[in-house]
This record gives sequence, C-alpha cells and structure tokens, in this order.
Amino acid sequence: MTTATLPQSRVRRSWWHRNQIAVTPWLFLAPGILFFAVYVILPIFQSVGISFTQWDGLGAPEPVGLANYRELWDDPAFYTSLRNNVIWLLLYLLAIPAGLFIALFLNQTVTGIRIYKSLFFFPFVISQVVVGLVFTWFYDPAFGLLNIMLGWIGLGPINVLGDPAYVTYGIILAGLWPQTAYCMILYLTGLNAVNPELIEAGRLDNAKGWRMLRHVVLPQLRPATFIAFVVTIIGALRSFDLISIMTNGGPFGESRVLSFYMFEVALSEYGFRMGYGAAIAVVLFLIMLCFIAYFLWSMWREEQGR
Amino acid sequence: MFPTPVEKRPRATQLTYQTFLPLALILWLLPLIAVAIFSIKPGADFTNANYWGWPSSFEGFSNYGKVFFESQMPRYMLNSVLITVPTVIGAVALSAMTGFALGIYRFRANLWIFFMFVAGNFVPFQILMVPVRDLTLELGLYNTKRGLVLFHIAFQTGFCTLFMRNFIRQLPRELFEAARVEGIAEWRIFWYIVLPLMKPALAALSVLVFTFIWNDYFWAVVLTQGAESQPVTAGITSFNAQYRAAYHLMSAGSIVAALPPVAMFFLMQRHFIAGLTLGAVK
Repeated sequence: MTTATLPQSRVRRSWWHRNQIAVTPWLFLAPGILFFAVYVILPIFQSVGISFTQWDGLGAPEPVGLANYRELWDDPAFYTSLRNNVIWLLLYLLAIPAGLFIALFLNQTVTGIRIYKSLFFFPFVISQVVVGLVFTWFYDPAFGLLNIMLGWIGLGPINVLGDPAYVTYGIILAGLWPQTAYCMILYLTGLNAVNPELIEAGRLDNAKGWRMLRHVVLPQLRPATFIAFVVTIIGALRSFDLISIMTNGGPFGESRVLSFYMFEVALSEYGFRMGYGAAIAVVLFLIMLCFIAYFLWSMWREEQGR
Repeated sequence: MFPTPVEKRPRATQLTYQTFLPLALILWLLPLIAVAIFSIKPGADFTNANYWGWPSSFEGFSNYGKVFFESQMPRYMLNSVLITVPTVIGAVALSAMTGFALGIYRFRANLWIFFMFVAGNFVPFQILMVPVRDLTLELGLYNTKRGLVLFHIAFQTGFCTLFMRNFIRQLPRELFEAARVEGIAEWRIFWYIVLPLMKPALAALSVLVFTFIWNDYFWAVVLTQGAESQPVTAGITSFNAQYRAAYHLMSAGSIVAALPPVAMFFLMQRHFIAGLTLGAVK
C-alpha cells in the first residue's frame, strides 16, 4: 500500500512545488475577482443590454432596439441633466484651488494648528445627507443664515433652492464644502513632503509668493494635484445624495443631473422604466469612461517609468 | 517650508494670523455650529421664530433623549453598524489577498487585472443599479442588511485593491525573495511576512471604508426599504418626515447620525489621512 501511493503523492507534491509561484496569485485573486465580476463588471454589460429593452423590472424585458436612445435624443429633461452635469464638473473643480488656498493658509507651525487642520477637514467626514440637510436650512428663505446675512447688506431674501436659476449653484456650493476639505488635506500632506532645500534655493534666487508657488512648490505637488483631480471629477459625476436630499431634482426638475434623473426614471413614482434608466446610465458611463481612460493611462505611464 | 512660517514674520503679521485663524474656522464650520445650537434649543423657540437668538432654555438632554428613546434612530444606528462592520472586514480581507497577488507576483495579466479593479472603482453607481438590484432580488436579499453588505464588499474591493497593491509594492522585495529561497510556502509568506507589514494599510483602509459605508446613501435607498434593514443615512429621511419642522429634533438626529465616522476620524486621524491620499502622497 504505502509503496504504491508514495510515488503518486510525490508526483502531485512536485507539481504543486513546480507551479506554486504561478498558481498562488490566482488562488489569492479568485475570491476578489469573483465578487468584483459578479457585482461590478458583469452589471455594466447587463446594463448596456437592458438599455436596448423596455422593462418594468418584473416581467420579461422586451427588446426595442435603439428606441430608448432615440427617446433620449428628444428628451428636454435629459438635456437639462446633461447641462447640469457640465456645470457640476466645471464648478466642482474650484475645490482644488480652494483646497490649495486653505492648505497654504494652514501650513504653519503655531500652537494648536493640528486641531485646526482636523477641524477644517471636518465637513468631509460627515455624510452628504447631513451636509445637504444643513445647507437646506442655511438657504431657507424664512430663517436661513444666508438670507439673514444678505439682509445685513440690504439684499432681499432669495429662495436659493426654489429658484430654477440658482438651485444647481446652491447645491454645488454645498458639495464644494466637503470636497474642498478633501483637496485641502491632500495638499497639506503634499506640502509636508515638499523639499525644503528647493524652497531655500528658490529664496536665494529671490523667488517669492506667487512665483515661488508656481515654479517651485506646485511642480512638487503634482501627485497631490492628480489625486485631487481624480476624486473631484468622480465626485462631481457621482453627485446624487445632495440633490436627492436638498431638492429631489426640483424645482421643475431644474436641479437634476444624469445620475439623479436615471434613478428617478428607473425607481420612482413615475414608474419603473428600467430600460430607459439604463440608457441614461450608459450615457453617464461613457462620459465617465473618458476620464477613467485618462486616469488609467496616467497610471500606466507611471508604472512604465518605474 | 512654504509659505514662510509666521514666526519669521513681523509681530503684526503673527498677531493678524493668530486672530484670523479662529475666525476663519468659525466661518468654515458655521453651518455645523448652527445645527449644534439648534439641537439644544427647545421646540418652542422655533414656533416663536427665535431661530438665531439665545436658546430660551437648555433642552439638550430632552432633545437627544427623544432621539434615542422615542424614535427609530437607535435601530437605524444598529443597522448601520451591522452593515458597516462586516463590510469593512470583508473588503479588507479580500483586498489584502488581491493586493498581495498583484503586488508581489509578476505574471502577464497582472496589470490588466489591477486596472480592472481601478476602473471598476470609478464607475458611476447608476450603471450598476438595475442589474445589482435585480440580482439582490433574485438572491432573496432585497431589503436585507446582508444584500447591502455583499454589494459593498464587492465594490469596495476595487478601491482597497488599488491601495493595498500600491502599499505592498513599496515594501522591500528582498524580504519575500529571501523567504522564497529559504523554501517557505507562498501562503506562509503572505501570512507571516506580508500581513504583519501591512498593518498600517489595513488600519487606514478600515477607517476609510468604515466612513464610506456609514455615509452611503444611494445603495441604502436602492437595496433597502424599511426600518428593519435601512442604515441611518436613509433612516434620517424618514426620521425627518416624522418630525417635520421640529428643527431641534432633526438637528439632534443629524448630529447623532454623523457622529460615528467623526469619532472614527478623530481617533484614527493619521491612518485616515494616509488612506485618503491613496498612499501616493507622503
């Protein structure tokens, strides 16, 4: 018995032995890839599939070809959302210079500065639901602080969230608050790593203030700026919580963005139009894909450089 | 150091800076300070339009007491804990493994798999919404905490893998190579050599994922419905519907809902920031 099984197990062991290094990474990857594929990668393709159907989420999806996209083409609400997405993207980027500004302001060593830094970062840790609530009250036409402050300088009360002209800007401002805090912390960490010798060399060359910032400091902050760009753009395109809490898309759907409109179409009182919703999601995904491709390309270049 | 430290500036500049600092902070946190003041006011102040005046009496205890003992809030909080903690454990465990595989081994598909995780992490939620909701329904997990946890683990694995892999790449390679020459099994290298070295990364990811999941609202709305499974971010909206115009209670509720991630941040600040910068900025 023993003599018969021994060689066999030895063969098996040596196969494992020979291929251990090739097989191990796949064993380690398997659960992660499985989860990610089922919940993230496959759904992307499924959504694209659903976007070519009409589906209420219950019965069988009915293929309708490009009908959803054709409807999208003539849907004014889609264009409102798209326009708001562009406004979000552009204005959200203000978080980057604002964050840099606050970081420069706080990059000192006076007593208690650490507590100041963490308190300035505070808004980012709070859930957007609470941020939305807080800003809804801040804008409230009856008692909001904003209108009280406007009153001091003799300006009439404005109902920011009830006015189609202001509503998107009002929500973006609320979103900029935590996002600026995020960019600030990125830059504060970056400033910590700035090479002091280069700063001294710059001082000897009589570089000061703005010129020092532009030519000596900012180039060294590039990794921080890159991450700030990535998280800000993703954050802008993901905006959903604030809109849902502050206005629910209103007034007259003027504060919708694609992510919110998609949700509204697919899962709200207007009925479950999964196919149409999926088509909106695909458009949003394609916009995001441009940025994702750019981010991956930058990362790939860095990998090659190593 | 840039900008020039204030200690090296004239006395006047120093004084200006030191008075400006608290003022700027108060201005920055004004909306939050307002909510904190609201939460200790009596309800009568709001009906009497005394919004910004001095609280006519201190009602902090009774307001927060109402939140804790007369509403569904404790239940939502418990749900949030039961959703957040398993997600943190699951996502960190899975990504420690994927990060190890992608960070140490050289094989052809390595970079492609890594990019798959990174790209998936940036995808808009809406493109996943319909199929994920459908899958959760089919698994019989709609409106359960478990359904939410499974999705969160899967999605967070993308971000966590990015972080773990980059972290492992920065460890000295000689360590593993020496171990391999010694003939130590690969899984032992993971368990006894890499994992102990990854403690800072594990801590950073844990706090960060905790905050992300605690603050999640979108998936809570998509995958759950009632008080038996909804986390506090979704619960606060029903809480607010229940206490419409009772600003003192809504404020107290919001503060309670926001507190756990804030506490987490203050306790684990260093790890938190290391995580946020994705390890790219040191």
